[in-house]
Amino acid sequence: MTEGLAITLTVNGVARTLGVAPNHTLLEALRDDLALTGTKECCLVGECGACTVIVDGRPVDSCLVLAVEADGSRVLTVEGLAAADGALSPLQAAFLDKGAVQCGFCIPGQLLAAHALLADDAHPTRHAIEEGMAGNLCRCGCYEQIFEAIEGVAEGAVVAEDAAR
Amino acid sequence: MHTFAYARPASLEEAVALLAEHGPDARVLAGGTDLIIRLRDGSARPRLVVDVKGVPELAPGIRAGSDGALVIGATTVMTDIAADPLVRRNAPALAEAAAVVGSVQIRNRATLAGNICNASPAADTAPALLVHDATVVAIGPGGTRRIPLDEFFVRSGVTTLARGEIVTAIEIPAPASRITSAHQRRTRRRGHDLASVTLCCGVDDAGVTRVAFGSVGPRPLLRLDTAGVLADPSASPEARAAAFETIFTDARPSARSMRAGPEYRVAMLRVLGRRALATALERRAAGEA
Repeated sequence: MTEGLAITLTVNGVARTLGVAPNHTLLEALRDDLALTGTKECCLVGECGACTVIVDGRPVDSCLVLAVEADGSRVLTVEGLAAADGALSPLQAAFLDKGAVQCGFCIPGQLLAAHALLADDAHPTRHAIEEGMAGNLCRCGCYEQIFEAIEGVAEGAVVAEDAAR
Repeated sequence: MHTFAYARPASLEEAVALLAEHGPDARVLAGGTDLIIRLRDGSARPRLVVDVKGVPELAPGIRAGSDGALVIGATTVMTDIAADPLVRRNAPALAEAAAVVGSVQIRNRATLAGNICNASPAADTAPALLVHDATVVAIGPGGTRRIPLDEFFVRSGVTTLARGEIVTAIEIPAPASRITSAHQRRTRRRGHDLASVTLCCGVDDAGVTRVAFGSVGPRPLLRLDTAGVLADPSASPEARAAAFETIFTDARPSARSMRAGPEYRVAMLRVLGRRALATALERRAAGEA
């Protein structure tokens, strides 16, 4: 039992070691300690999904995970979706193509939820997409465009490559 | 969030000792989908948070016990319960209930033991566990206790778990008489929402129908139709409706809830009861669990 705890986690493929207070969330560690501000803070009660990141292959609300709980985990944030040269992932490109991005605030969370959905099910039905994306709210109301973007990627030949990342 | 110390015991003895030592100043952390919200809003202010995910005896996993019981580790998350072949075969209503808790993100963290210990009247998994006669296995300074789930719930946020006790597993017995089950719920919106009414119906080989329902009073309730009217294919709709009225006698929905009015909840109980019963009977006819 200590006040400040050393944790080691892999974020977007890079091993990071940091000291965290027990009452800091993974969301705070990502944004404040690692300066990965793509992950957004919004409702803080696990309803909006803006803080979604993928921990050990599963999407979670990072506002409901203590940073210390992520010790030893592999974390994927929106910053890890594009290639090293900045080329957008097929999913990111599809969001732009379909006009799924208006204000953009919810998009990092939407992208990661969609990324996890496609990794799990390369060809989801519309119902599976609605269920898989139910934890991500969009105040601009771009749901239809977001679903179309996901369907576009699911139908494309790039699915396997994207899902395997 | 207020400051607190964090402990991640690596053994059950250590976890029990920490809870005994810190008493009301300690809170158990499993999935965190309820506790972290309460830590943030100040409604829980422990000095110590005991993360039990490092305790081997509480490890996630679903296995068949020696007596055919289904043993679900305390930190098993909803995603894994919903997808588990054993659960889907032996207790399909529990798989259905686990699949509608929160969102994908919540189901990847929320644990079955947490859902039960939080003791929300609207807990999605409670009716299915009641219908399947689940037992809560708890350990504390006084040793291990096995608590029938119907004797576990008291009211919202309160259980019969003693101070210092910790849930290690939830067991679903292999019933002497096979139970075929189905889960139903109503929410304000499709997708991510808390249940306005949640209900499970199970029919056993003897024709006894077990109906459990939540979000209509301080705790989820289990009622039995031992007369066999509900499971009787020749019973008239009027006779079944009367049997359901008896079962729902003690439903007392709060008039203060923001999710639905009491009249609506009682009306929906009847609808969900009919639907869950029909599905349970169809599954029985099809030879499913």
